[in-house]
Amino acid sequence: MTTETKPTIQFTPDRLEKAKEIIARYPEGRQKSALLPLLHLLQEQEGWTPAEGMDYVAGLLQIEPIEVYEVATFYTMFHINPVGKHVIEYCRTGPCCLMGGEEVYAHLRQRLGIEAGQTTVDGQFTIKEVECLAACGMGPVFQVREKYYTNLTNERVDEIIDELSK
Amino acid sequence: MAIKVLTEHINVPGIETFDVYRKQGGYTAVEKALKTMTPDEVVEEVKKSGVRGRGGAGFPMGMKWSFLAKPEGVPRYLVCNADESEPGTFKDHYLMKTIPHLLIEGMIVSSFALGANKSFIYVRGELMYVIHILEKAIAEAKAAGFLGKNILGSGYDLELVVQPGGGAYICGEETALLESLEGKRGNPRNKPPFPAVKGLYQCPTVVNNVESIATTSWIVNHGGDAYAAIGIGRSTGTKLISASGHINKPGVYEIELGLPVEDFIYADEWCGGIRPGHKLKAVVAGGSSVPILPANLILKLGNGDKRLMSYESLSEGGFQTGTMLGSGGFIVFDETACIVRNTWNFSRFYHHESCGQCSPCREGTGWMEKVLHRIEYGHGNQHDIDLLVDVARRIEGNTICPLGDAAAWPVASAIRHFRDEFEWHITNPHEATQPGAVFKGDMALV
Amino acid sequence: MEDVKPQLFKVTVDGIEVEVEPGTTILQAARKIGPEVAPPAMCYYQPLKGSGGKCRACLVRVAAGSAKDPRPMPKLVASCITPVQDGMVVENTTNPQVLDARKGVVEFLLINHPLDCPVCDQAGECDLQNFAFDHGAANTRYEEERRTFDKHDLGPYVQLHMTRCILCYRCVFTADQITNKRVHGVLNRGDAAEIGTYIEKAIDNDFSGNVIDVCPVGALTDKTYRFKNRVWFTKPVDAHRDCPTCSGKVTLWYRGEEVIRVTARRNEWNEVTEFICNTCRFETKNTSDWVIEGPTKIARGSVISANKYRADLQKPAFGQRLAAAQYKTVDDTRDTSQLGIQQLPPERFNKSLPSATE
Repeated sequence: MTTETKPTIQFTPDRLEKAKEIIARYPEGRQKSALLPLLHLLQEQEGWTPAEGMDYVAGLLQIEPIEVYEVATFYTMFHINPVGKHVIEYCRTGPCCLMGGEEVYAHLRQRLGIEAGQTTVDGQFTIKEVECLAACGMGPVFQVREKYYTNLTNERVDEIIDELSK
Repeated sequence: MAIKVLTEHINVPGIETFDVYRKQGGYTAVEKALKTMTPDEVVEEVKKSGVRGRGGAGFPMGMKWSFLAKPEGVPRYLVCNADESEPGTFKDHYLMKTIPHLLIEGMIVSSFALGANKSFIYVRGELMYVIHILEKAIAEAKAAGFLGKNILGSGYDLELVVQPGGGAYICGEETALLESLEGKRGNPRNKPPFPAVKGLYQCPTVVNNVESIATTSWIVNHGGDAYAAIGIGRSTGTKLISASGHINKPGVYEIELGLPVEDFIYADEWCGGIRPGHKLKAVVAGGSSVPILPANLILKLGNGDKRLMSYESLSEGGFQTGTMLGSGGFIVFDETACIVRNTWNFSRFYHHESCGQCSPCREGTGWMEKVLHRIEYGHGNQHDIDLLVDVARRIEGNTICPLGDAAAWPVASAIRHFRDEFEWHITNPHEATQPGAVFKGDMALV
Repeated sequence: MEDVKPQLFKVTVDGIEVEVEPGTTILQAARKIGPEVAPPAMCYYQPLKGSGGKCRACLVRVAAGSAKDPRPMPKLVASCITPVQDGMVVENTTNPQVLDARKGVVEFLLINHPLDCPVCDQAGECDLQNFAFDHGAANTRYEEERRTFDKHDLGPYVQLHMTRCILCYRCVFTADQITNKRVHGVLNRGDAAEIGTYIEKAIDNDFSGNVIDVCPVGALTDKTYRFKNRVWFTKPVDAHRDCPTCSGKVTLWYRGEEVIRVTARRNEWNEVTEFICNTCRFETKNTSDWVIEGPTKIARGSVISANKYRADLQKPAFGQRLAAAQYKTVDDTRDTSQLGIQQLPPERFNKSLPSATE
């Protein structure tokens, strides 16, 4: 699919380079395999996955935009709505809860004054509840971008929030 | 000193780098396989080892390999399943981040055995930092001549691609993983055809768990018979157990299969016992999907013998009094844990992770979660318990993939063994919904 | 030269044997025997490649895998995607486990399905109604809140009622395989999954109307026919026209003298035989546009030909009729003359029993 008008969202030159490198990993005609990596790249650049960006990715992979929407809405890591600067992805699953995950979570929400799915008024933090992050021996756990924060306590949460707020 | 197949060098400083890993004897399996063995000979050793799939199903790995179709002119693929997402399981995460070259070496040996020239490691997207570690390890291995064209002059070519997931437990199911790897929604495929015949890009494909693949280096180095000598009965070798919950020392432990469960929980070498001042109430032994067992049943078999950490011993007694080794996600509950709340929590997990493709799982998981939520929050009715059992029964076995079973078993087993706790929630809603309230009825704590 | 006929496989479904070519699915083999033993299908759709396996309505038990390996299969299997083996023995409605599983599937499909049949255009030709009538329970055990969705507009022709959707994926396959460009798909996952276009977009191409015909429920209906009538008050007539885009072979649905709806023709399994274009479907609704062929052959089970849902007209289940067909008299000759019971004439017992193959 080609569009005459220039897409409103495009990869930066270095990301476009990276995208091309990713697409080349797969066998001829299987470029759709690059969809998940490219959506990660888009989210890294834009902070979320806006529809214009997904249309752009569809163009790069020569697939229909709906194929991208279907995938982006299936996988929970992709933010299909705008989010704050730091998205706190909080594990709510059993093993973390055994280690006091629910109490720490209550503290986090109270500290930020928001509930799951909400963003603080200053646009700094969004809380997103996620399922098991495969770090059950180090629970409670949350993740901000690529970083895992483990063995959380109320004090530790305060420290991390202070750190991220700087 | 117990034998360590995977974690012997895991605490060596710098083991994540190629040089240190190589100094500890790394990549000798690649040299041995590519220089002195044929692919079929490698397959034969893996068969002899009796190693079983470590992702949860426990299917003999050598047998799975021997099913791989080998039509002329069609590429074959090896895909490593590193989409570790089963609650209670974090061994692959640990293994990949601390000793990435072990997986890379296993991938080379296994790909060689299967005749794959392009292999994939599908890592759950949340572990992006581990993906960077693996990519760095691959680059190092490539620079040293262990990957790429004509590896070690053997004429064998291999390229490794690390693929990120996007946040979906279901992609741990092998055909959903392949769909995801093809850039689609993670909907499990109808079987047959099985991946061994039509897998990735409709080509013959083997999908193996991280731990399974990592084991192949040791098997090539020491021989299948040496591996089969470890362990007990048909549970050969060692297994990584992810221990979490109310124990003194949560973490990942490599155990020789056949270790008594009691030793694993109480000995200092492993979990180090239940946290001070508390007692063992229940265990989920193989990841959240396997049946939960109360303390007395997890420690002892029906005949009074000690229950062992092995595929056979854990499943002894069927689902009435047994459970499964599964992925080795060992979650320990002491008497402060509320089984109803935990069952609701697990049920919410499966509801959240159902792909929504087939009706029993899509509708049934949500239904169970809602009923459990009502019971947990003091709005349950007596008939809800039987309803849950019935809904679980009608999901189990009737779905496209095992997620239906995985959603049904925790609910059915919790009710089977802790029915009085559910009834207490229903008959005493006020008391049960107080903060920190836990059923203190008649039950065996150890 | 392919003179050798491929060896046929013998398959037994509910006690009836049939010979089919290798590669045939259990469902197709059962359909070859006839509608009495054909498992229900909510997602499988023969004209659409890749469909099936999802709804689990067609689950059957394989009592013997093949002549070579007569072990039963451990789980119920989806008959629409499971190929037959020579000597396979299949239990459909003769197995209580299958009937229970189907009852479960009906219940699962209905817990979030609105009971708005009285205002649904699909009522009377709805696969889910039929499935629920044949296999469901009379009441629900579901006490929770039902799922709802935001409304989406799919353009001037197709009306989407997402709450009625059972996620069979047929419309997705149709858009992929019949039309040149797919703009709708399945978004989100689990029980939040829905049919949609993501950003508001009309489904607009020459063949988009076919998604209405393939939809097993009232999730996708014809906007030009919306609330116009009930299917059982309409009279279907086969007709054709010289269409530059499609075969032009359709069914016209009359109310009196007026064509109120045009659809593709369907076979006895409710599957479209030839997909039609939007011009035929939506734009040509005058009798003068068409060459009339005659009344459409209506399946016996249709609400148009019979009062399908009247309980007193409900036929006994196939299993019961099979048992009746194989009825053997029991020798129960006793002398009852001393008991003072009036002896009934023997003709009294000679009522004909329903036949299994009826």
